[in-house]
Amino acid sequence: MGQSLIDLEHITKSFDGTVVLDDLNLSVKENTFVTLLGPSGCGKTTTLRIIGGFETADKGRVIFDGVDISRLPPNKRQLNTVFQKYALFSHMNIAENIAFGLKIKGKSRSYIQDKIRYALKLVGLQGYENRTVDSLSGGQQQRIAIARAIVNEPRVLLLDEPLGALDLKLRQDMQYELIRLKNELGITFIYVTHDQEEALTMSDTIVVMNQGYIQQMGTPEQIYNEPENAFVADFIGDSNIVPGLMIRDELVEIFGARFVCVDKGFGENRPVDVVIRPEDVELVAPEQGTLVGRCTHLIFKGVHYEMEVTTPDGFEWLVHSTTLCPVGKEVGIHVDPFNIQIMNKPESEDEEAVGVNE
Amino acid sequence: MTRLKRSIRRIWQDFYLAIIMIFLYAPIATMIVLSFNSSKSRNQWGGFTWSWYTQMFASRNIMDALHNTLLIAFLSALIATLIGTAASIAINSMKQVPKTILMGITNIPMLNADIVTGISLMLAFLAFGISLGFRTVLIAHITFNIPYVILSVMPKLKQTSRSTYEAAMDLGAGPVYAFFKVVFPDILPGVLSGFLLAFTMSLDDFIITHFTRGAGINTLSTLIYSEVRRGIKPSMYALSSVIFVVVLALLLISNFAPKKKHS
Repeated sequence: MGQSLIDLEHITKSFDGTVVLDDLNLSVKENTFVTLLGPSGCGKTTTLRIIGGFETADKGRVIFDGVDISRLPPNKRQLNTVFQKYALFSHMNIAENIAFGLKIKGKSRSYIQDKIRYALKLVGLQGYENRTVDSLSGGQQQRIAIARAIVNEPRVLLLDEPLGALDLKLRQDMQYELIRLKNELGITFIYVTHDQEEALTMSDTIVVMNQGYIQQMGTPEQIYNEPENAFVADFIGDSNIVPGLMIRDELVEIFGARFVCVDKGFGENRPVDVVIRPEDVELVAPEQGTLVGRCTHLIFKGVHYEMEVTTPDGFEWLVHSTTLCPVGKEVGIHVDPFNIQIMNKPESEDEEAVGVNE
Repeated sequence: MTRLKRSIRRIWQDFYLAIIMIFLYAPIATMIVLSFNSSKSRNQWGGFTWSWYTQMFASRNIMDALHNTLLIAFLSALIATLIGTAASIAINSMKQVPKTILMGITNIPMLNADIVTGISLMLAFLAFGISLGFRTVLIAHITFNIPYVILSVMPKLKQTSRSTYEAAMDLGAGPVYAFFKVVFPDILPGVLSGFLLAFTMSLDDFIITHFTRGAGINTLSTLIYSEVRRGIKPSMYALSSVIFVVVLALLLISNFAPKKKHS
């Protein structure tokens, strides 16, 4: 850890008059797994391409290990990229693909041979040297793309939705694979995805982006448990976002009922947004509940039941629970104080723009 | 009953196909047969002979014309391939609107009547004071060949994704090295078939050559045309037969070459 390896300073970029990134600042520490997470069009891929050198920012600087590399072409940067569509060279065999970067650097034949063998072992594809690209499955091609990048010993590996084209099972396997690779190689990973589960599983740090702005940056736990605004709460997992009134510190009023919480410093009688995760909503007997509602929807999800409980004000609470509440039954809602997350309501129009975008 | 019907239908199909084949190839077959006829008469078989072929190869005029034809075909195809490939790469990286416009402009010379292309090129050469000759024929052939090259390179370029080029850059390759090492091998079949197509087109052309050649120079097609006007000599049959065989061979190669590479 320690000092930062990559710093993006005031990066602004627009395509054909549309602003994609607006004054973005980001700093990435050495040997961390950083994920840029957001819906499509949020600017995450553009950010990655600016770091990789495939796009040039209109304004701002890219600092790599203390040196400004903003104007450096991709072939002069000490980073390597794993592309979304693998981008293997189909007229070369696997060994030639992996050797491509090393040959350009003028490495000796024996060094290249060793490296190819080492890289193939690392991604679990020993003996594939002479295979053609077409004879490999999607998952295997992606491993070769990773092998081709890491033999160059980059200090940073950029990954642009590398698992996007794989099926679910393979994607999960590759997630563990990537974590293992990162730990074995000890290099920095910058990973772009729109899949929140992928981000939560692999990252040391998650950067949630929307409409060219960074919404929140933090560990997966922080992002999930303490979303800073409605967009993050909504994008990461399911959540109930309800309007509330902060009566005073540690007490919030929702639909007329008062809930004890742990948040402080929002002032008195101030409108706020309240986030409660579906798994944190506890269903109790009506007389024990802080709020009372009626179950209107029930789906069996395997691990748990997904239910909707409608309270008299019309709000539908999403509830995940292992105990079943039949449709039509009256039920009480209880939430533990530390499971209530209070957020400021967006005030200015600018803040609204970065908020929930339905 | 149904079997009978089916066999009748079958016979009709074969008959129809035979008729089409006869219409298409009977004239050419006649010409090839006559090129081996020792009698000068067109309706009397006087025995087999190679003499028209030997006469043809002995003729200074024909050999000069052959030399011109091959040289022009080769040079114009080569230059058109260079220009056309470069143009395809540029057009492919353009935005949608200019791309569509440029592709439209590129297609016009192919759809345009040869006689219009020929006359307009001739007028342009004369207007700019370029005397007609080998040079002008070559320029004319390059001009009408470029669209064919673009037409065969473009689909290959569309198949190659930009990310392989970027991947090569990412691995340390400069732009030129990345192009020749990664992009070019992918589009090579298209470039080759473009070259062969251009070569054949140039070999085949009469009208445009006729208008842009001036007095001193002949290609095979213009030579045949002027000889025939003076009275048909059987060595012209021999020459035409040779041209037919060469063009047929080139077409077969250009059709099968890219497929072979894939399998």
